[in-house]
Amino acid sequence: MVHEILERTTVKPIEELKPAYGTVVVKRGFARMQKGGVIMDVTNVEQAQTAEEAGAVAVMVLDKLPADVRKAGGVARTCAVKIIEEVMDHVTIPVLAKCRIGHYMEARVLEAIGVDMIDESEVLTPADEHHHINKREFKVPFVNGARNLGEALRRIAEGASMIRTKGEAGTGNVAEAVRHVKEVMGRIRMLKTMNEEQLLDVARELRVPFELVKETALLGRLPVVNFAAGGIATPADAALMMHLGCDGVFVGSGIFKSEDPLERAKAIVLATTFWDDPETVAEACRMVAEKKSMPGLDIKSLKPEELMQVRGQ
Amino acid sequence: MKSLPEVLVGVLGLQGAVSEHVDALNRALSELGLKGRVLTVKNPEQLERVRGLIIPGGESTTIGRLSARGLASKIREKASQGMRILGTCAGMILLAKEVYDARIGRVNQPTLSLMDMEVVRNFFGRQRESFEVPLTLPILGRELFPGVFIRAPIVEKVWGEAEPLATYNGKIVAVQQGRLLATSFHPELTEDLRLHKYFIKLILDTL
Repeated sequence: MVHEILERTTVKPIEELKPAYGTVVVKRGFARMQKGGVIMDVTNVEQAQTAEEAGAVAVMVLDKLPADVRKAGGVARTCAVKIIEEVMDHVTIPVLAKCRIGHYMEARVLEAIGVDMIDESEVLTPADEHHHINKREFKVPFVNGARNLGEALRRIAEGASMIRTKGEAGTGNVAEAVRHVKEVMGRIRMLKTMNEEQLLDVARELRVPFELVKETALLGRLPVVNFAAGGIATPADAALMMHLGCDGVFVGSGIFKSEDPLERAKAIVLATTFWDDPETVAEACRMVAEKKSMPGLDIKSLKPEELMQVRGQ
Repeated sequence: MKSLPEVLVGVLGLQGAVSEHVDALNRALSELGLKGRVLTVKNPEQLERVRGLIIPGGESTTIGRLSARGLASKIREKASQGMRILGTCAGMILLAKEVYDARIGRVNQPTLSLMDMEVVRNFFGRQRESFEVPLTLPILGRELFPGVFIRAPIVEKVWGEAEPLATYNGKIVAVQQGRLLATSFHPELTEDLRLHKYFIKLILDTL
């Protein structure tokens, strides 16, 4: 198990010419190909095509955008298979979909229909209050949300090929995503100064394998691709998350809950790529109007039971 | 040992597996005992002094659209002046003159249109059909090369000066056309630096 975690880019000498599917290299490699890009939430073919035209690296198909999940309440489940398949038939970029935390069969269904990556997501209502899916059993890669280093490393130990911040989905408020990425990065910065004895303490505290903690300390970053998600609504939000060291961004409600989705999608892609060039970020900001941004929610106005980020720790 | 000039190699840094190629190039340069610098290229001016460019894996539609802001024409101009290019996966798609998608058919996406080949995107299927397999790549010697294929394209046919370098299951997965190289697979996700070294030698004309 531990060896598999460390096996990032090593391809062993192979005696026979048989292809190996669903390996760690192939699953984590898929996430690497998404780096520097924007993954957009969509609910139908038309939105998916808009996202592709705007330069999204992938689309995430949902039944409802997170802002509507929040409004609707009740139990949020995985998206209708028919809609996901329709989207797969109409775009060339990868298609992702969400399953409920711990819901093996929703995940198996998504794998069976050929979804390129599964998001085991706190935006949907968790199916298992105590366990996440053992993602090593799957051929398709998974992405999981995390608020801190412990959550991130526990998900990686379970086989996640990619991590994203949880943020607070459907709020149009980037503050929680900022908090979460700083939690993760700040803790990794501390690991880098520690000796093995201290790293062992951290492994015990976070309830993760020591080798994973050691690898993270050595790399000075998570051993898998790490995106931002949860509350990103504007080009400047996306650039901010890149500036904080994220490998790319997910935009949920921010695009298709705005009044200028195509222009906004293009602008967010531009700002994500050229985040380190303020003039180009300004050009991206010029493409959108603040009046047309999705309405935002102050996290402090949410009741504790309305927070999605506390699901699945 | 003959002293070689310092070499400046670029990696197109718009999107995708950029840092992996930068790392691989740095290690390849150091193992070859060469002085060199690797530059992440995001705008046309940065391309000016670069003698070779790697177009990495990523999403070809995204990289294509972002490079339409001036980089694509600069790459084409530099290519005509002799700049070496290696395209991996999405990079292969961007170098091709003809592009199809296995499921959608003819696709209208911006490409550089530099190599005489017809590429089929997502040929093997979706991510669950992504795989690793050892390949025979004669230009790199007898030892098999680790092929990592991720939603990979293949080359349906080549013409003109383009020549197949490797095949898998009868499909072309690596092509060279003079100073231009393209692979369906991802050498940057492996520990094998032979292809990056080959590309550096192609830049220095020391093959």
